Amino acid sequence: MNQNDRRSFLKIAGSSLGIGVLYSAFPAASSAGEVGSLFSALGKSSGERVTPFSFVQLSDAHVGFNGPPDPLGTKAFERAVDMINALPQRPDLVLFTGDLTHDTEDRQVHVQRMKQFQEISKKINAPMIKCVPGEHDAGLDNGALYREFFGESYYSFDHRGVHFVALDNVSRAKPEVGTEQLAWLKKDLARFPKTAPIVVFTHRPLFDLRPDWEWFTSDGDDVMNVLSPYDNVTVLYGHIHRDDEHATGAVHHYAARSLIFAFPDPNGVAGPRKPLLFDKDHPFKNLGIRRVAFNGKPQPGATSLSIEDVELTAREFRGINGVQQLLRSPQV
Amino acid sequence: MYRVTISRIAFPTLAILGVLLLFTGGRRVYADGIPVIEITAKRFAFSPDKLTLKKGQTVKLRIHSEDVTHGFFLRPLKLDEEIPAGQTTEVVVTPQTAGTFMPICDHFCGANHGNMNMTIVVE
Repeated sequence: MNQNDRRSFLKIAGSSLGIGVLYSAFPAASSAGEVGSLFSALGKSSGERVTPFSFVQLSDAHVGFNGPPDPLGTKAFERAVDMINALPQRPDLVLFTGDLTHDTEDRQVHVQRMKQFQEISKKINAPMIKCVPGEHDAGLDNGALYREFFGESYYSFDHRGVHFVALDNVSRAKPEVGTEQLAWLKKDLARFPKTAPIVVFTHRPLFDLRPDWEWFTSDGDDVMNVLSPYDNVTVLYGHIHRDDEHATGAVHHYAARSLIFAFPDPNGVAGPRKPLLFDKDHPFKNLGIRRVAFNGKPQPGATSLSIEDVELTAREFRGINGVQQLLRSPQV
Repeated sequence: MYRVTISRIAFPTLAILGVLLLFTGGRRVYADGIPVIEITAKRFAFSPDKLTLKKGQTVKLRIHSEDVTHGFFLRPLKLDEEIPAGQTTEVVVTPQTAGTFMPICDHFCGANHGNMNMTIVVE
C-alpha cells in the first residue's frame, strides 16, 4: 500500500450546516484490495469496521452569557440545533468543544446554566452528543461541576472504526493537559496502528496560535509528540470563536466558530483581544456557516478538505434583516 | 495642630516618593544589586499595568496576589509563573529582545480573566 492510500483513509467532508461544522468520515477507496485490507485491520484494532458517517462540531455556546458582544443569549445555539435537525442526513454524533456555559462564582447559577445547556442540546436529533469542557465550564472548580453533569472530562471512544479522543486542557485552570492525561493518552493510543484514523477534540488549540491571547496549550508540544507517529490525525477545537486551520506535520487542526460572539483575526490586532461588535442588522455575523467538503483527491497529510466559510446572515432568512428575523421560525 | 503638622510633612514626602516610584516603575535595589519590581495581581488587572525594562539588564519581579491564584505568562521572556492566592512569587528575568510584550494571567480567575494583562516594554 502506498503512503497516499494510507493517508487518505480518513476523509472528512461536509455539507451546509448553518452554524458549526459538519464532517463526514468515509473510506477514500473501495473496500477491495489493499485499502480494504487496511479497513479490516483497523476494524480489528478499534473493534468496529470503518463505514461512512457524518458528525457535527459545535463550540462555545457560553450559556448564561449576556452582554454587549451578544445580547441574544442562547439564540444562536438554539438556531444551530434547529439547523442540525433540518439536515437531510442525521449526524451520528455531535462533538461540543467546550465553553458550554459561561462561568459564575455562584454555584447554583452555574448549575442552572448547565441544566439549560442540557435542555437545549437534548433537542438535537443525533444519537450521541460528546463534550469536553472549556475554561468557563471548569476553570474555577477544576471541573468538579462539569463532571457532575457530563462525566469525565477526558476519555475516548470508537465509532465506525474511527477513534475519537476527548482531551481536557482547561480543568487544571491553566492551559495545559498535564502529565497524568498525557500518560493516559499514550496508553489509549498504544493499541492502534499508525494508520488508524484518529479525531481529537479539545477546547484550546494544541499549538501556539496566539499565546498572548491565551490561544495555546502550554504542553501542546507534548501532546503532538504523542500524536505525531499517527498518519491520520485531525484535531478539532474551539475557544478562539472563529474558524482557523493549521497543520503540525501530518496533523491537521480546525477551529469552529462560536455560538455567542466572535473574536477578530489575531493577525490584524497588536494588543489585547476584544470581541467583535454585535451587529443588530446581522445578528449572526461571524457565527456562520462552514461548508467542508472532500475534494476527492488524495493528498499528503491526514485529511483532504475543501472549506468554505459562509456567514449566517439574512441569506438564511430571505430578505428580512435584523434581530427581528430571530423571532421567525428558522427556514432551513 | 497635630494633624496640620503631619499633613505638612507627609504630603510633600508622599508626593516625592510617588514621583520617584513613577519614574522607577516601582522598583528598588536590593543589596545584591538586582533591581526588584513589585507587581500586584488582583482580579482582573496587574498593577502597575506597564513596565519598562532595559534589554540585557537582569531584574527580579516580585508578583503578589491580593485575592485568588493568578498566573503570569509571557512566552517571549519564558515566563510561566503561578502566584497562589495571597502569596508572592519571585522570578528573575533578563530580557534579550527589545519590543513591546503583553504578559497575561493564564490561571483562570473569573469572568474577566481574558482581559487580565499588562504591558512590558523592553528598550
